[in-house]
Amino acid sequence: MRTSAAPIWGPSRCASDDGRAVTLLAQQIVLGLLLGGLYGLAAAGLSLVFGVLKVLNVAHGELIMLGGYGAFWLFALLGWDPFAALLLVIPGSLLLGAVLYVGLFGFVVRAHEEIRIKNSLLVGFGLALALHALAVRLWTADDRSITTPYSGAVLTVGELSIPVIRLGSLAIAFALIAALHLLLARWRWGKAIRATAEDWQAALLTGIDVRRAYLLAFAIGTALAGAAGTLVSVGYSISPSMGLEWTLKALIVVVLAGLGSMLGTFVAGLFVGVAEALSAAAFGGPYREVVGLVIFVVVLVLRPRGLFGR
Amino acid sequence: MRPRIAASERAWTVGILAGFAGLALLPLLVRRDDVLNFVLLILLSITLAQSWNIIAGYAGQVNLGHAAFFGLGALTARTLWIGGVPVVLAMAAGALVAAVFALLIGAAAFRLRGAYFAIGTLALGEILRATVNNVLPEISTLPAATIGAYRLSQRYYLALGLAAASVIAVAALAGSRLGLGMQAIREDEDAAEASGVGALSLKLRALALSTGLAGAAGGLFAYYHISYYPSHPFGPHWTFEALLMTFIGGVGTLHGPVLGAVLYVFLKEYLTMRWVDFHLLIFGVLFIAIVLIFPGGLVQAAEGARRRLTRRPGAPT
Repeated sequence: MRTSAAPIWGPSRCASDDGRAVTLLAQQIVLGLLLGGLYGLAAAGLSLVFGVLKVLNVAHGELIMLGGYGAFWLFALLGWDPFAALLLVIPGSLLLGAVLYVGLFGFVVRAHEEIRIKNSLLVGFGLALALHALAVRLWTADDRSITTPYSGAVLTVGELSIPVIRLGSLAIAFALIAALHLLLARWRWGKAIRATAEDWQAALLTGIDVRRAYLLAFAIGTALAGAAGTLVSVGYSISPSMGLEWTLKALIVVVLAGLGSMLGTFVAGLFVGVAEALSAAAFGGPYREVVGLVIFVVVLVLRPRGLFGR
Repeated sequence: MRPRIAASERAWTVGILAGFAGLALLPLLVRRDDVLNFVLLILLSITLAQSWNIIAGYAGQVNLGHAAFFGLGALTARTLWIGGVPVVLAMAAGALVAAVFALLIGAAAFRLRGAYFAIGTLALGEILRATVNNVLPEISTLPAATIGAYRLSQRYYLALGLAAASVIAVAALAGSRLGLGMQAIREDEDAAEASGVGALSLKLRALALSTGLAGAAGGLFAYYHISYYPSHPFGPHWTFEALLMTFIGGVGTLHGPVLGAVLYVFLKEYLTMRWVDFHLLIFGVLFIAIVLIFPGGLVQAAEGARRRLTRRPGAPT
């Protein structure tokens, strides 16, 4: 993971006195939580699509990337504030998701569940390849990041410093997850989506338009990816090749959390963020990814249903 | 039903191997290195696709960490070969290391089913890639003396032998008890277990065979390339390419991955030359179209077309 706050991630073992080491560790945990919230948001969309359509969209990271570049364009060309850009990126992603469902994944879900997974992997790879190539053409292969006038602002609590932008991103991520939770719990179509996830044949028998539920779930999942991308572009950095990394991160969180609980997914995201930060502190920056993945594989093998799965 | 399929598969095996025999003459007829490099790429792709086909096509376990075994084979073979071990032995060692590693992690990985196995193995591949990238960040280049003695035809014949071995392995597997047991697991693991198939043991054997072949292919890669980053053969694109070629051709068939690999390499090279800037975009879109239009790959599409052409009125379908 490339972050704009690279120095902070450095090994903290050089700290001479214990007090400073503790502060550094607490700082790492705070930064881990802030990043983990975005992991949770990135994973929520994937979890919804995987849980409801039973397809594995490996191009989810590329959808996150598109959301990031959407905000980047609005900022660079029209001077929009990245947080205000969410107002356009979210509906735009919703529409993109609907188009992708009608054009691609709608064909995939016609197949039997076993074949669905495999075909969705294939379509996802093709889509990831195409979107990656498109992004390189449109925005070049460089890392980009949105720098606002308040980008450098830091909130100091005791000895901890908290970047304001990342704190705002965490709050927005949580608000979106909470909104999704309410939507799934209260809204008519939210209930239909949950029923379809539970057992699509039973849902069909009770008169639920399963295809519509699929379409909505995919569109909402894409919208969440777009929102996550926007928040990544402002607090961290985006590039056309970020897709696989974020897909993997989202998959890790989805599997850790288990399917069926959006709030659980958010908590699992925070958990992964902190675990990565702590492992970076213990083993050095380059290994943060490895340790995160190892924890993931161990949990996956010991508890395949996830920590919060049903 | 089954004998007919076995007969057609036998015909395909003979046909493919005859094709390989013809390719053995190529270095004598053609002096152009670009042609030999191109065919070598196809042969390496056939081996990789066929190796993935064993675990995913026959045993039904979608292994998304296949690159890890290709990479392990490359790393082992390269290290031994540069250290003075004869290349064939070094490649065999690469295959062995890949298969042993697969058996070590297989027992745990096979606790996972379906999509979870796919996700778990994808993570496993990334763990190895990131670790190798951290431990060996420097590019690996052959010593000058070795570059001076570099003969493309040696690499070519090794690639040819390996591709033939992969086809023979799958042909032998497809008709054997072992292969039938794997296919039973692919169709319904619980039902296979209930009828006396030891699923875990068979899946482990499929994984060992598949990863051993991938390791040998990795060894060939290490022998062929003059310089590359040690983490490169661990990259996820090797898994994806094996998967794409296998599915384009026809997963779980003998000749599907061979046809898929040939088509894939031709298509990719052609698009690269024809549309330099847009080739990946076009390739991605084309690939999606193939998956959506022929979900069972070329083999199934051809089968369907043949059945439609030969169907007589009144004949049972």
